[in-house]
Amino acid sequence: MESLTRLIAGTGAGLNADDAKAANAAIGAGFAYGLAAIGPGIGIGYVVGKAIEAMARQPEAAGMVRTTMFLGIAFTEALALIGFVVFILLGL
Amino acid sequence: MLALDFPPINEVIRWKDIFPTFNKVALIACLAALIGIAIFLAAARKDPLVAPKGVRNLAETGVEFIEDQIVLQTMGRDGLGWTPFLLTLFIFVYLCNLPGIIPFLQMPATARMALPLFLAVIVWITYNVVGFKHNGIKYLTGMLWPRNVPIGMRPLVGLIEFLSNIILRPFSLAVRLFANMLAGHMLLVTFALLSNAMLFAETKQLFLKPMTILPFFMLLFLTIFEVLVGFLQAYIFTILTGVYIGLAAHPEH
Repeated sequence: MESLTRLIAGTGAGLNADDAKAANAAIGAGFAYGLAAIGPGIGIGYVVGKAIEAMARQPEAAGMVRTTMFLGIAFTEALALIGFVVFILLGL
Repeated sequence: MLALDFPPINEVIRWKDIFPTFNKVALIACLAALIGIAIFLAAARKDPLVAPKGVRNLAETGVEFIEDQIVLQTMGRDGLGWTPFLLTLFIFVYLCNLPGIIPFLQMPATARMALPLFLAVIVWITYNVVGFKHNGIKYLTGMLWPRNVPIGMRPLVGLIEFLSNIILRPFSLAVRLFANMLAGHMLLVTFALLSNAMLFAETKQLFLKPMTILPFFMLLFLTIFEVLVGFLQAYIFTILTGVYIGLAAHPEH
């Protein structure tokens, strides 16, 4: 834990400013992606669960429900993917 | 100690030029366009009166899939004229996604931002032109000052509608395709490198090398998963295009 704080503060021995910046960016990227995955994970679970419920109740409407489900997944997933792009931009 | 050097992102997705300004990604995109054209030209040559088989069967399945699953679901019967456009988009995006898992190509052309962004710009121009053509200037005023919303909410809803229609839709359309394919590519790279590093590790531990089977099976599973993702992303790109065109033509529902 101490080494981590030293890394974040950038004051460790033999750690120059560029390394500290890169380390900060890597840590930030990890947090960005991890946090961005939480909401869409819950959201997609909710969308698919409700869609399956609807399909089980009314199997004849399954085609329409499936199309709408994919649309909902696509919109929800976009948030996670923006997090992924931020992860790439910051971390690598 | 396992020495696993993950290459920087530029080594994973940037390829050397085959000849100046033309690299493997451009080659895959050109091949995708040519193969799509070739399949449908070959299918059009066949006699339409006999039962379809071979390449014609494939092409007819594609057309029927676009009509039943995308056009009729999003635009209704009067949108059937959009089938060629949506079919072109679907086939092109799918054939660009597929090389991500084909040996020796191993790179989805849509994992570089240029291609999804360009496709999203085409879609953006298309649905805006359709909106202005069907509704005239009401397309813009109806977006900024929606009629079926309480008066106090109109500026807020109008602003959100405008931002979502003009900026967020093409952005999310492009980023969704790009990021999905890039994420899949990075996953495949990660597990391929891990398998390689474990198999050729110089170690005295007895069980490390047989354990290579674990990342290798993960690699196989992810390859199969990428088949699904490539198809699903092409489908989602096309169906969202259909939804946007349908909404621009008939904004009231």
